[in-house]
Amino acid sequence: MHIVVCIKQVPDSAQIRVHPVTNTIMRQGVPAIINPYDLFALEEALRLKDKHGGTVTVITMGPPQAEGALRKALSYGADDAILITDRAFAGADTLATSFALASAIRQIQKNMPVDMVFTGKQTIDGDTAQVGPGVAKRLDFQLLTYVSKVSSVLPKEGQIVVERRAEGGVQLLKSRLPCLITILEGNNEMRFATMPNMFRAARHAVKVWDREAAGITDEDVVRIGLKGSPTVVSKVFAPTPHTDPAEMIDVESGNPRDIADTVLAKMFTRFPVVAKEIAKRA
Amino acid sequence: MSEAPVKKGKRKFELDPRLASYKGVWVFVEHERGQVHPVSWELMGEGRKLADMLGVELAGVVMGAPGEETRRFCNEAFHYGADLCYLMQDDILKDYRNEPFTKGLTDLVNAYEPEILLLGATTQGRDLAGSVATTLKTGLTADCTGLTIDPDNRSLAATRPTFGGSLLCTIVTLNYRPQMATVRPRVMAMPDSDASRSGRIIEQPLGMVESSIITKVLEFIPDANQDKPQLAFADIIVAGGKGMKRPENFQLIWDLAQVLGAEVGASRPVVQAGWVDLDRQVGQSGKTVRPKLYIAAGISGAIQHRVGMSDSDCIIAINNDPNAPIFEFATYGIVGNAMTILPALTESFRQALATAKKAG
Ligand SMILES: Cc1cc2nc3c(=O)[nH]c(=O)nc-3n(C[C@H](O)[C@H](O)[C@H](O)COP(=O)(O)OP(=O)(O)OC[C@H]3O[C@@H](n4cnc5c(N)ncnc54)[C@H](O)[C@@H]3O)c2cc1C
Ligand SMILES: Nc1ncnc2c1ncn2[C@@H]1O[C@H](COP(=O)(O)O)[C@@H](O)[C@H]1O
Repeated sequence: MHIVVCIKQVPDSAQIRVHPVTNTIMRQGVPAIINPYDLFALEEALRLKDKHGGTVTVITMGPPQAEGALRKALSYGADDAILITDRAFAGADTLATSFALASAIRQIQKNMPVDMVFTGKQTIDGDTAQVGPGVAKRLDFQLLTYVSKVSSVLPKEGQIVVERRAEGGVQLLKSRLPCLITILEGNNEMRFATMPNMFRAARHAVKVWDREAAGITDEDVVRIGLKGSPTVVSKVFAPTPHTDPAEMIDVESGNPRDIADTVLAKMFTRFPVVAKEIAKRA
Repeated sequence: MSEAPVKKGKRKFELDPRLASYKGVWVFVEHERGQVHPVSWELMGEGRKLADMLGVELAGVVMGAPGEETRRFCNEAFHYGADLCYLMQDDILKDYRNEPFTKGLTDLVNAYEPEILLLGATTQGRDLAGSVATTLKTGLTADCTGLTIDPDNRSLAATRPTFGGSLLCTIVTLNYRPQMATVRPRVMAMPDSDASRSGRIIEQPLGMVESSIITKVLEFIPDANQDKPQLAFADIIVAGGKGMKRPENFQLIWDLAQVLGAEVGASRPVVQAGWVDLDRQVGQSGKTVRPKLYIAAGISGAIQHRVGMSDSDCIIAINNDPNAPIFEFATYGIVGNAMTILPALTESFRQALATAKKAG
């Protein structure tokens, strides 16, 4: 069984700061990590490999330094890694990203058929959850999103049963390989990198594919990168506080009960809807 | 999207004449188990405004199994502002599945050419939106928090958080139609329903046979409602943050919530520490809520939390740091120790409830 896992290197957004004057992102010194949601996808792929045997290939489209993310994935146990990198990919939105990834996966298939493609639920920088569905449509793979559990796979029969998080419940879906699965977070935990895998990861030759190697013809240059992106960012700005600051309740004088009573009295006068809501519960 | 270089200033833009025939605003009416997802009506309210700005019609798209139910959904769509509904009925559409819904919606778009198509950013809406946008090769802006029309060129200007919510960006889809966007539940206000409104229905067949569809739904296991918090739709929420210090102290949050018949919410660190379930996380990577009353104890008010709750009617914030960002947007601020203020609030509310009860 051959599983391709799409991972993305993202800035650790917990550490991103916005410059207070220029409103621009201060990227300096922000460490790059594997998109946390993608680790659930990778771990799920490794578990299926443990169970059924096979190969896990990780791919990423990004700048040359994204190789770091691939090495990390190798150290967790992925077998092969491909970095898809080319200036022509810059500025891609989800439509253009899915075009490039799908094209690269078709190239991978030329060497070894792909049974499943895994993606994370979403990225923490793009945050769209749209790349997975896009890749599936372009490859004409069955699309299974928000999968919390791969219940069973019969690689020979090409059958798969998964649990999919739907609105208000869980769908148990039976489908066929090849398929693309977006994995929901929280249902597994990334294993520790083993010593041998760490050594292997350090030595492994990560394949680096430019546009042509990824199977994108001159003609299709208009479908990748900025040119292939229907959406355009027209403005970036800091959220402006359009609300007034809080009315501060004087805490010097009173004991907690007095403070609480004061808030309630003020609130019931100014917000009849809240008073009504409370009265409903009496 | 986040990597796209930013072009400043007004852009001159002429719509490709071939796309000029795309007219009207559409809202995909999502439903599951006989009920329309409220996000569809929230979008209908928003879609109404966009359609009025453009001077075009607003349509609902209803897809489902044949029967009374889909007609009822169309009528509801009219009540919430739609002028017409596109109705696609087929037994194949009984449960949501990607393949037939993608084909059905894509065919409708190709046949009737809307300029804007809005969907809820739910598990269903995101699954469908990504597939339809790719099939149509058009632009899609996910998880928008604001939608408006650029008066200069009639294009949809969709605003969404970027870089982990630290910044907002406005995204336009220029020479592609329809312009697609998804919006999370509770981000937009629920419009009023007007039962006197009606509209026309345009039916179109799906044109698929079940045997051609690969993925089958074996079973639907509904969430047991009693233990799933309905945070998004709660009218009162008591939420606690890392400032509650210890899991035992979080009981004070539950106590107040119980007296108020409120739902319990939490900031992300609290969820990550395992004090409460993931379902209770409020914010950018949790739920968006808009209760009438939101009580925040020991929550700093980071932007990622704020975007999930700042549309509450009234926010009471308790924090021992007078400079906590939450005081910049809360309604009432109490600088103090949550461990002493919360029990006092619980008592005051208990008394207010008793008084209200006596008053009948
Ligand atoms: C991509 C991304 C997504 C995120 N998504 C979310 C999200 O969905 N939801 C979310 O909440 N966060 C989210 N975060 C995290 C967010 O940035 C903040 O870190 C988080 O909201 C802080 O939680 P907090 O206010 O509980 O904790 P802290 O920031 O640690 O604040 C604790 C507060 O408690 C106060 N305090 C301490 N002791 C007391 C006391 N005795 N009495 C009263 N007050 C006291 C302190 O003054 C402080 O203001 C996200 C972050 C990123 C990067
Ligand atoms: N540049 C990329 N390279 C590889 N995989 C990606 C890339 N961008 C997105 N993905 C995959 O698509 C998923 C959804 O991303 P997004 O649509 O950006 O939220 C991620 O979790 C990744 O698995």
